[in-house]
Amino acid sequence: MGLREQRDVETDVYQPAEDSQLLASAASDRIAGDELVLEVGTGSGYVAHTVAEETGARVIASDLNPHAVRQARDEGLETVRADLVSPFADGTFDAVLFNPPYLPTDPDNEWDDWMERALSGGEDGREVIDPFLERVGRVLAPDGVVYLLVSSLTGVDEVVERAGEEGFSAVAVADESFPFETLTVLELCR
Amino acid sequence: MKESLLEILRCPLDKHELELEDAEYADGDEVVDGTLVCAECGERYPVDDGIPNLLPPDMREETPA
Repeated sequence: MGLREQRDVETDVYQPAEDSQLLASAASDRIAGDELVLEVGTGSGYVAHTVAEETGARVIASDLNPHAVRQARDEGLETVRADLVSPFADGTFDAVLFNPPYLPTDPDNEWDDWMERALSGGEDGREVIDPFLERVGRVLAPDGVVYLLVSSLTGVDEVVERAGEEGFSAVAVADESFPFETLTVLELCR
Repeated sequence: MKESLLEILRCPLDKHELELEDAEYADGDEVVDGTLVCAECGERYPVDDGIPNLLPPDMREETPA
Protein backbone atom coordinates (compact mmCIF):
# COMPACT_ATOMS: atom_id res chain seq x y z
CA MET A 1 0.00 0.00 0.00
CA GLY A 2 1.40 3.43 -0.98
CA LEU A 3 1.68 6.31 1.45
CA ARG A 4 -1.27 8.12 -0.07
CA GLU A 5 -3.48 5.05 0.23
CA GLN A 6 -2.26 4.41 3.75
CA ARG A 7 -3.19 7.95 4.76
CA ASP A 8 -6.62 7.67 3.16
CA VAL A 9 -7.30 4.46 5.04
CA GLU A 10 -6.17 5.98 8.32
CA THR A 11 -8.42 9.01 7.93
CA ASP A 12 -11.46 7.25 6.45
CA VAL A 13 -11.60 3.94 8.30
CA TYR A 14 -11.66 3.34 12.07
CA GLN A 15 -8.56 1.34 12.93
CA PRO A 16 -8.46 -1.34 15.66
CA ALA A 17 -8.25 -0.01 19.22
CA GLU A 18 -8.83 -1.32 22.76
CA ASP A 19 -12.58 -1.68 22.13
CA SER A 20 -11.98 -3.79 19.01
CA GLN A 21 -9.61 -6.08 20.91
CA LEU A 22 -12.01 -6.55 23.82
CA LEU A 23 -14.90 -7.43 21.49
CA ALA A 24 -12.75 -9.74 19.36
CA SER A 25 -11.45 -11.72 22.33
CA ALA A 26 -14.83 -11.93 24.13
CA ALA A 27 -16.55 -13.16 20.95
CA SER A 28 -13.73 -15.57 20.04
CA ASP A 29 -13.95 -17.19 23.49
CA ARG A 30 -17.68 -17.85 23.05
CA ILE A 31 -18.00 -18.86 19.40
CA ALA A 32 -17.45 -22.58 18.84
CA GLY A 33 -16.50 -22.42 15.17
CA ASP A 34 -19.40 -23.93 13.24
CA GLU A 35 -21.49 -20.76 13.44
CA LEU A 36 -22.47 -18.20 10.84
CA VAL A 37 -21.46 -14.81 12.20
CA LEU A 38 -22.14 -11.23 11.10
CA GLU A 39 -20.05 -8.26 12.14
CA VAL A 40 -21.89 -4.98 11.64
CA GLY A 41 -19.73 -1.85 11.25
CA THR A 42 -16.59 -3.87 10.69
CA GLY A 43 -14.32 -0.87 9.97
CA SER A 44 -10.85 -2.25 9.28
CA GLY A 45 -12.19 -5.81 9.56
CA TYR A 46 -10.03 -6.53 12.62
CA VAL A 47 -12.76 -8.08 14.80
CA ALA A 48 -14.25 -10.18 11.98
CA HIS A 49 -10.81 -11.36 10.91
CA THR A 50 -9.74 -12.23 14.45
CA VAL A 51 -12.94 -14.20 15.17
CA ALA A 52 -12.67 -16.06 11.85
CA GLU A 53 -9.00 -16.93 12.51
CA GLU A 54 -9.48 -17.91 16.15
CA THR A 55 -12.67 -19.94 15.79
CA GLY A 56 -12.97 -21.06 12.17
CA ALA A 57 -16.52 -19.64 11.98
CA ARG A 58 -17.73 -18.13 8.71
CA VAL A 59 -17.83 -14.37 9.40
CA ILE A 60 -19.57 -11.87 7.11
CA ALA A 61 -18.32 -8.30 7.56
CA SER A 62 -20.55 -5.34 6.74
CA ASP A 63 -20.16 -1.58 6.90
CA LEU A 64 -21.83 1.57 5.61
CA ASN A 65 -18.46 3.04 4.71
CA PRO A 66 -17.14 2.13 1.23
CA HIS A 67 -13.52 2.57 2.36
CA ALA A 68 -14.10 0.18 5.27
CA VAL A 69 -15.66 -2.61 3.18
CA ARG A 70 -12.75 -2.25 0.76
CA GLN A 71 -10.19 -2.61 3.56
CA ALA A 72 -12.10 -5.54 5.09
CA ARG A 73 -12.24 -7.28 1.72
CA ASP A 74 -8.50 -6.75 1.28
CA GLU A 75 -8.17 -8.65 4.58
CA GLY A 76 -9.79 -11.59 2.80
CA LEU A 77 -13.21 -11.21 4.45
CA GLU A 78 -16.61 -11.70 2.84
CA THR A 79 -17.94 -8.15 2.86
CA VAL A 80 -21.24 -6.40 2.18
CA ARG A 81 -21.92 -2.68 2.08
CA ALA A 82 -25.02 -2.33 4.21
CA ASP A 83 -27.01 -0.23 6.65
CA LEU A 84 -26.93 -2.26 9.89
CA VAL A 85 -28.70 -5.61 9.25
CA SER A 86 -31.10 -4.45 6.52
CA PRO A 87 -29.97 -6.70 3.60
CA PHE A 88 -29.78 -10.00 5.48
CA ALA A 89 -32.32 -12.83 5.59
CA ASP A 90 -34.51 -13.49 8.63
CA GLY A 91 -33.24 -15.98 11.21
CA THR A 92 -29.79 -16.33 9.64
CA PHE A 93 -26.98 -15.60 12.10
CA ASP A 94 -25.85 -17.56 15.13
CA ALA A 95 -24.03 -14.47 16.35
CA VAL A 96 -23.99 -10.78 15.46
CA LEU A 97 -21.09 -8.61 16.64
CA PHE A 98 -21.14 -4.82 16.83
CA ASN A 99 -18.66 -2.25 18.08
CA PRO A 100 -20.92 0.72 17.39
CA PRO A 101 -20.19 4.41 17.09
CA TYR A 102 -20.87 5.36 20.71
CA LEU A 103 -19.26 8.66 21.67
CA PRO A 104 -21.82 11.24 22.77
CA THR A 105 -21.28 14.18 20.44
CA ASP A 106 -22.39 17.79 20.60
CA PRO A 107 -24.37 18.41 17.35
CA ASP A 108 -22.49 21.70 16.88
CA ASN A 109 -19.25 19.80 17.06
CA GLU A 110 -19.79 17.10 14.46
CA TRP A 111 -17.31 17.04 11.65
CA ASP A 112 -19.27 15.18 8.99
CA ASP A 113 -16.84 12.69 7.52
CA TRP A 114 -16.43 8.91 7.60
CA MET A 115 -14.42 8.97 10.83
CA GLU A 116 -17.18 10.94 12.55
CA ARG A 117 -19.68 8.35 11.36
CA ALA A 118 -17.45 5.66 12.87
CA LEU A 119 -17.22 7.35 16.27
CA SER A 120 -20.24 9.53 16.96
CA GLY A 121 -23.35 8.11 18.56
CA GLY A 122 -25.18 11.44 18.46
CA GLU A 123 -26.07 13.52 21.52
CA ASP A 124 -26.76 10.58 23.85
CA GLY A 125 -24.26 8.18 22.23
CA ARG A 126 -27.06 5.76 21.33
CA GLU A 127 -28.22 7.08 17.96
CA VAL A 128 -26.91 3.98 16.16
CA ILE A 129 -27.23 1.47 19.04
CA ASP A 130 -31.00 2.00 19.40
CA PRO A 131 -31.95 1.20 15.77
CA PHE A 132 -29.50 -1.71 15.85
CA LEU A 133 -31.28 -3.18 18.90
CA GLU A 134 -34.64 -2.70 17.19
CA ARG A 135 -33.59 -4.53 14.02
CA VAL A 136 -31.03 -7.17 14.98
CA GLY A 137 -33.56 -9.68 16.34
CA ARG A 138 -34.95 -10.26 12.84
CA VAL A 139 -31.70 -11.70 11.46
CA LEU A 140 -30.78 -13.84 14.49
CA ALA A 141 -31.20 -17.60 14.35
CA PRO A 142 -33.50 -19.01 17.08
CA ASP A 143 -30.63 -19.42 19.58
CA GLY A 144 -28.63 -16.55 18.14
CA VAL A 145 -26.74 -14.11 20.36
CA VAL A 146 -25.47 -10.55 20.02
CA TYR A 147 -22.08 -9.35 21.27
CA LEU A 148 -22.32 -5.59 21.66
CA LEU A 149 -19.54 -3.33 22.87
CA VAL A 150 -20.74 -0.55 25.15
CA SER A 151 -18.81 2.24 26.90
CA SER A 152 -19.56 3.82 30.27
CA LEU A 153 -19.63 7.09 28.28
CA THR A 154 -22.75 5.81 26.52
CA GLY A 155 -24.34 4.30 29.61
CA VAL A 156 -24.37 0.52 29.99
CA ASP A 157 -27.58 0.53 32.09
CA GLU A 158 -29.46 2.51 29.45
CA VAL A 159 -28.37 0.09 26.72
CA VAL A 160 -29.33 -2.94 28.85
CA GLU A 161 -32.76 -1.41 29.50
CA ARG A 162 -33.27 -0.65 25.81
CA ALA A 163 -32.22 -4.19 24.87
CA GLY A 164 -34.76 -5.46 27.42
CA GLU A 165 -37.52 -3.51 25.65
CA GLU A 166 -36.58 -5.39 22.48
CA GLY A 167 -36.87 -8.75 24.27
CA PHE A 168 -33.20 -9.37 25.05
CA SER A 169 -31.65 -10.30 28.36
CA ALA A 170 -28.14 -8.93 28.75
CA VAL A 171 -25.08 -10.31 30.52
CA ALA A 172 -21.73 -8.52 30.73
CA VAL A 173 -19.14 -11.05 29.53
CA ALA A 174 -16.02 -8.85 29.51
CA ASP A 175 -14.98 -5.44 30.71
CA GLU A 176 -11.89 -3.32 30.87
CA SER A 177 -11.29 0.05 32.53
CA PHE A 178 -9.43 3.00 31.09
CA PRO A 179 -8.83 6.47 32.57
CA PHE A 180 -11.90 8.01 30.93
CA GLU A 181 -14.21 5.08 30.31
CA THR A 182 -14.97 1.48 31.08
CA LEU A 183 -15.65 -0.78 28.12
CA THR A 184 -18.10 -3.66 28.46
CA VAL A 185 -19.05 -6.45 26.09
CA LEU A 186 -22.72 -7.36 26.51
CA GLU A 187 -24.04 -10.75 25.44
CA LEU A 188 -27.70 -10.37 24.44
CA CYS A 189 -29.95 -13.44 24.27
CA ARG A 190 -33.68 -13.89 23.79
CA MET B 1 -18.54 -11.99 -3.11
CA LYS B 2 -19.00 -15.73 -3.12
CA GLU B 3 -22.10 -16.77 -5.02
CA SER B 4 -23.23 -18.68 -1.91
CA LEU B 5 -23.62 -15.33 -0.11
CA LEU B 6 -26.80 -14.86 -2.17
CA GLU B 7 -28.56 -17.35 0.11
CA ILE B 8 -28.41 -14.92 3.01
CA LEU B 9 -28.71 -11.60 1.17
CA ARG B 10 -32.11 -9.95 0.74
CA CYS B 11 -33.46 -6.72 -0.72
CA PRO B 12 -32.99 -4.15 2.06
CA LEU B 13 -36.36 -2.61 1.17
CA ASP B 14 -38.77 -5.55 1.18
CA LYS B 15 -36.58 -8.50 2.32
CA HIS B 16 -37.33 -10.54 -0.80
CA GLU B 17 -34.73 -12.71 -2.50
CA LEU B 18 -32.21 -11.31 -4.95
CA GLU B 19 -31.26 -12.64 -8.36
CA LEU B 20 -27.78 -12.25 -9.79
CA GLU B 21 -27.58 -10.77 -13.30
CA ASP B 22 -24.66 -10.05 -15.66
CA ALA B 23 -22.24 -11.82 -13.33
CA GLU B 24 -18.51 -11.86 -13.99
CA TYR B 25 -16.62 -14.52 -12.10
CA ALA B 26 -13.06 -15.04 -10.88
CA ASP B 27 -11.59 -18.09 -9.10
CA GLY B 28 -14.69 -20.23 -9.67
CA ASP B 29 -17.59 -18.93 -7.57
CA GLU B 30 -16.23 -15.47 -6.73
CA VAL B 31 -18.53 -12.83 -8.26
CA VAL B 32 -16.43 -9.76 -9.05
CA ASP B 33 -19.01 -7.81 -11.00
CA GLY B 34 -22.73 -7.96 -11.62
CA THR B 35 -26.11 -6.76 -10.45
CA LEU B 36 -28.40 -8.10 -7.73
CA VAL B 37 -32.04 -7.62 -8.64
CA CYS B 38 -34.95 -7.92 -6.20
CA ALA B 39 -37.32 -10.65 -7.41
CA GLU B 40 -40.24 -8.66 -5.97
CA CYS B 41 -39.71 -4.90 -6.40
CA GLY B 42 -37.11 -4.98 -9.18
CA GLU B 43 -34.68 -2.66 -7.35
CA ARG B 44 -31.11 -3.17 -8.59
CA TYR B 45 -27.99 -3.35 -6.43
CA PRO B 46 -24.49 -3.32 -7.92
CA VAL B 47 -21.69 -5.77 -7.14
CA ASP B 48 -18.66 -3.59 -7.57
CA ASP B 49 -15.17 -5.05 -7.53
CA GLY B 50 -16.40 -8.03 -5.56
CA ILE B 51 -18.41 -6.07 -2.97
CA PRO B 52 -22.21 -6.05 -3.11
CA ASN B 53 -23.60 -2.60 -2.34
CA LEU B 54 -26.89 -3.29 -0.61
CA LEU B 55 -27.56 0.16 0.72
CA PRO B 56 -31.13 1.22 0.02
CA PRO B 57 -31.24 3.59 -2.98
CA ASP B 58 -31.76 6.71 -0.85
CA MET B 59 -28.53 6.03 1.04
CA ARG B 60 -26.45 4.87 -1.88
CA GLU B 61 -25.19 8.26 -3.00
CA GLU B 62 -24.72 9.53 0.50
CA THR B 63 -21.10 10.39 1.16
CA PRO B 64 -19.91 12.78 3.83
CA ALA B 65 -18.01 15.85 2.66
